[in-house]
Amino acid sequence: MVENDRWGNLFAHIVLILGVALVIFPVYVAVIASTHPPGTFVRGVMPLLPGPNALENYRTVIFEGRSNAGTPPIGGMLWNSFVMAMAITIGKLSISVLSAFAIVYFRFPFRMFFFWVIFLTLMLPVEVRIVPTFQVVADLGMLNSFAGLSIPLIASATATFLFRQFFMTVPEELMEAARVDGAGPMKFFKDILLPLSVTNIAALFVIMFIYGWNQYLWPLLITTDPKYYTIVMGIQRMVTGGDAEPLWHLVMATVVLAALPPILVILFMQRLFVKGLTETEK
Amino acid sequence: MATIVMDDLHKIYAGGVKAVTGISLDIADGEMIVLVGPSGCGKSTLLRMVAGLETISGGTLKIGDREVNNLEPAERDIAMVFQNYALYPHMTVFNNLAYGLRNRKFPKDEIDRRVREAAEMLEIAQFLDRKPRNLSGGQRQRVAMGRALVREPAAFLFDEPLSNLDAKLRVQMRVEIRQLQKRLKTTSLYVTHDQLEALTMADRLVVLNGGKIEQVGTPMEVFSKPATVFVAGFIGSPAMNMIDASYLRETGAAAGLENLPHGTDLIGVRPDDLLLVKPDAPHLTLTGNVVLLEPAGAESHIYVTLAGNTQPITVRVQGLPTVLEGAQVSMYVPLASLHPFDAKTGLRVA
Repeated sequence: MVENDRWGNLFAHIVLILGVALVIFPVYVAVIASTHPPGTFVRGVMPLLPGPNALENYRTVIFEGRSNAGTPPIGGMLWNSFVMAMAITIGKLSISVLSAFAIVYFRFPFRMFFFWVIFLTLMLPVEVRIVPTFQVVADLGMLNSFAGLSIPLIASATATFLFRQFFMTVPEELMEAARVDGAGPMKFFKDILLPLSVTNIAALFVIMFIYGWNQYLWPLLITTDPKYYTIVMGIQRMVTGGDAEPLWHLVMATVVLAALPPILVILFMQRLFVKGLTETEK
Repeated sequence: MATIVMDDLHKIYAGGVKAVTGISLDIADGEMIVLVGPSGCGKSTLLRMVAGLETISGGTLKIGDREVNNLEPAERDIAMVFQNYALYPHMTVFNNLAYGLRNRKFPKDEIDRRVREAAEMLEIAQFLDRKPRNLSGGQRQRVAMGRALVREPAAFLFDEPLSNLDAKLRVQMRVEIRQLQKRLKTTSLYVTHDQLEALTMADRLVVLNGGKIEQVGTPMEVFSKPATVFVAGFIGSPAMNMIDASYLRETGAAAGLENLPHGTDLIGVRPDDLLLVKPDAPHLTLTGNVVLLEPAGAESHIYVTLAGNTQPITVRVQGLPTVLEGAQVSMYVPLASLHPFDAKTGLRVA
């Protein structure tokens, strides 16, 4: 597919640049908006150049919050989001890697049945089962707790399925060689399968972390105590909370700060999975 | 080091497929046994049963004095070399070699000593810190060998270890494996589908077909006195020619055929035994037309259709062929080099 077509090339570049611009622009507006004083937006005109209030706005959201609207300083909310996202990610990864291991490497009755049941849950995201799930969590007394925030979101058919597909590409001889070498199933899992899965784990970690971080509806439902507010629902509260007009400059500052942790996770994990891609070989 | 005794081994897969049907074989201590046969003959299954990677459906298997039917592979004191090497890709060569020893809780200095010794022996000492993907096919093969070596097991099991290598390397590794095995005197079971590998490496050769043993013997025994039509066709390249005895009788070439054992109706002739120059010894004479010449370096193959036949037979001569394509040619077969078979049973007659 190497074509030396000048106009085609140009056209492709224009499309790509437009696409990038389309994605970048809202982010740019958010960053710009977070640097302006409160009154700027009432006029209905979006400034495109940075304003003078950057430091002050960020200081406000980080250290003061908007106590009158019921949103605490965002440090706590960021921490809550982080704990929830990490709990969901680590929980999802450990459960799905183990269940994929069981499904691929062990012969037990109804193995395929269980696989399809897991697969079917793909069709039941939180939003669909939200009422019964809420009931269960409420009955278990997990409202307003990290357990309630994370546990119902941990089961993951997607990750199980991806790990299963990956495990099936690992040559069977590796397992046999390990058996001859005196490694039991869990030792094989720990010494050989996990190290080979590093790339997949890193990629899924990123996806799952962002999934957890972006949870909105679920935390909104089960937390009433500001101690457990997460950043994403916090933003929503900032917009609608109180009688005053929305303080867009503060909201935008919060948005920018809320977007940072997922970006950091991607940057950190990318190193790992690029390394994984270049160093592992099946 | 140990003997391996197979007594009436059977393997029936879950679907009812019978892969191995009643194999009995005694392997002496230090012997190199090669299992050879076409795809699906059960040779790999048999090896994997010895390794413990396949369950044994019937019969008993002893390694040394122990019955090992229900032991895990690790408890059988065997080491296996896989066709695709099955090296752990994320571990260095050193760790690949050391893994089995670590799992067996060997002391650290002992592991270190054994790994370095094996690496020295296989000339891979300079690669100990590399990962398998940075090694060539031949080097990976050596690492796979090393992994078996360091264990100092009762038996080596080789599952077509050379079939992923190119032709030149295959010959070289073949020689090295054989030398190593002779030096260590470790009982070995070697699976291959390559009859040349089988002939050159084996102390004794086991030819398998359809889950059964066709013949067991030294390479020369098997080559010079194939017990069945199958073995005759499988061992030796180009394959042995099979000629109907009735054809010979009809064409009047039957002089001397009456001396063959009673019941012979199929006669095998090795391509080397078809001579273009009349020998002094008592012989058969065959005539036919040359259809194709195949020069193969030091030797040449001549394909000849016998008069009244369509299936060509193969003649092997040294150097360049002295006949032309399309020419009529007479061939002489010393009676002593005929292989008499019974076509119905497929067995050698006497």
